Amino acid sequence: MYKKSLSYVHLIWMALFVLAPILMVLVYSLTTKDANGNSVLTFAHYAKFVNPAYIGILWKSVWIAALASAVCLLLGFPAAMILCNRDRRRAQLGKKGSVLLLFVMPMWMNMLLRTYSWLTILEKNGLLNNLLEALHLPPVQLLYTTGAVVLGMVYNFIPFMILPIYSVLVKIDRSVIEAAEDLGANSFCVYTRIIIPLSLPGVISGITMVFLPAITTFIISQLLGGGQYMLFGNLIEQQFLKADNWNFGSALSIVMMILIFLAMRIMNLFNKNGQQVAMF
Amino acid sequence: MGEHLIEFIDVSKQFDTTEALSHINLYVDRNEFVTLLGPSGCGKSTLLRIIAGFEEPSNGQVLFEGKDLVSIPPYQRRVNTVFQKYALFPHMDVYENIAFGLKIAKKDKKEIDYEVSRVLELVNLKGYAHRATDSLSGGQQQRVAIARAIVNKPHVLLLDEPLAALDLKLRKGMQVELKNMQRELGITFIYVTHDQEEALTMSDTVVVMREGTIQQIGRPIDIYNEPKNAYVADFIGESNIIDGVMKRDCLAEFCGVEFECVDSGFAPNEPVDVVIRPEDLYLVPAENGKIVGIVESVTFKGVHYEMLVKSEGYTWMIHDTQMFEEGSQVGLLVKPFDIHIMKKSAGEADAVV
Repeated sequence: MYKKSLSYVHLIWMALFVLAPILMVLVYSLTTKDANGNSVLTFAHYAKFVNPAYIGILWKSVWIAALASAVCLLLGFPAAMILCNRDRRRAQLGKKGSVLLLFVMPMWMNMLLRTYSWLTILEKNGLLNNLLEALHLPPVQLLYTTGAVVLGMVYNFIPFMILPIYSVLVKIDRSVIEAAEDLGANSFCVYTRIIIPLSLPGVISGITMVFLPAITTFIISQLLGGGQYMLFGNLIEQQFLKADNWNFGSALSIVMMILIFLAMRIMNLFNKNGQQVAMF
Repeated sequence: MGEHLIEFIDVSKQFDTTEALSHINLYVDRNEFVTLLGPSGCGKSTLLRIIAGFEEPSNGQVLFEGKDLVSIPPYQRRVNTVFQKYALFPHMDVYENIAFGLKIAKKDKKEIDYEVSRVLELVNLKGYAHRATDSLSGGQQQRVAIARAIVNKPHVLLLDEPLAALDLKLRKGMQVELKNMQRELGITFIYVTHDQEEALTMSDTVVVMREGTIQQIGRPIDIYNEPKNAYVADFIGESNIIDGVMKRDCLAEFCGVEFECVDSGFAPNEPVDVVIRPEDLYLVPAENGKIVGIVESVTFKGVHYEMLVKSEGYTWMIHDTQMFEEGSQVGLLVKPFDIHIMKKSAGEADAVV
């Protein structure tokens, strides 16, 4: 009974703060005010979205988030591997603690602050361009480029890639790796046939955890991409805060939610396939 | 040189400050079933891991088929290991686990299929090829681990306490199966265990280890009947170990009584360890015994009773099929060739059998 009453609290919480807002967004996206100020059902907001300009922005957002996820994976996997090996060696010597903390620590700082700090590095008279000047090289436009936006995403979200991969890697039994070596696998084979397949669940949740905040962000693109830089997140923000068009903003939000839902389903499909390979 | 399959020459291994192996000299011949026996932490697993290639010796030389072993990486050694906790690949089914080594060796599909089904039959797992490994029982996983190792036709199979996780009955069955398998395959087995009974049952040669040193190497029967020192006697089966003095050749004194024995070569009045197996002591009426004591406890053990008899200065453990009442006074007798005399604080055993 005790447990049941606790679950009610949970359910009410979910209904109030998860379900209700989503429903409100859905209602906003499907209604408009007529001349008398009454709400009427309409698909006009969704129809408005089907426009090369908006779909272009969506496509660009997906593309940039995917790029950021890929870069995070390429940098994060080896990092997680190195961390894991290092911690294993230390554990063998009876030492505790992990440098993992160093990767997590920046997350304790406000994201806005972290992103601002890149401004001072990348801007026209920033750290990098001053350095180039000192070397008698021409200055480079770094800020307000796609590169800067991707950099900001990678910098902010890479811990979300490293953490899940690391936690899967440390769970791989050392003797399984030794068994593979014992059966004739050199270190390349050990990676491709044992470590990578076994770390797949971590990789998938890492990609999900980077891709989702990357595709919805508007702060990073605003600060590092400049006021004119438009990702899907910025588009939604603009509808709510500047254009004051909550209905269209809601429709855009719903489109994004459907997109994210589909993306997660696809990722889960991969995950299941990974397990099915093991099971059948 | 070169005659033996594996040869350890003065091998030592240090981990940080602790010495896991100290001046090990040992050889293993072809088709031998060798068991490394000792309590945990005696260095037996380290020895095995050096052969497998997971550890390197700090000092000394290891020869494999006459060649230096240390320079060969684990994946190029004609050696396969059966791990303590099986270490099956969790993302592969039984077939893929067993085929792993063959696939790495780039054998063709037909040959892999044939070999896998051959070893599956050998380990009695026909029909399990496409089962997930985590759906198998401990004994079955064990067999998969063995199949995965022997399918590669290693020259040596290393087994690191492979039966430790199985229940008693399964363990007994697997002991017999492993021994048969070794005969059938004609592969050298190097088996690590802390279970003395397992060692005696299966091995051609038993190597008794303690704190990184070899205490005795010999056939199971020799290790049991002629333990080299009190440690071996105590570890292999149960023993009564008493302080004694060697009066002269073939005459020992312990518990204040002189006994005839068959050992010689000690200095007159040299203090020694006297070892007597519990089944070699005979209980007789008090007036007929050389030593007299009171029965302290009686435990039924199935085939025999285990009785503790307290005499002056020592509590004897006796195994007998005949039971004497608790509290009764009894006499003890022992035959001269059942008295084993050992030098005090015996050092390392010699390497050669």
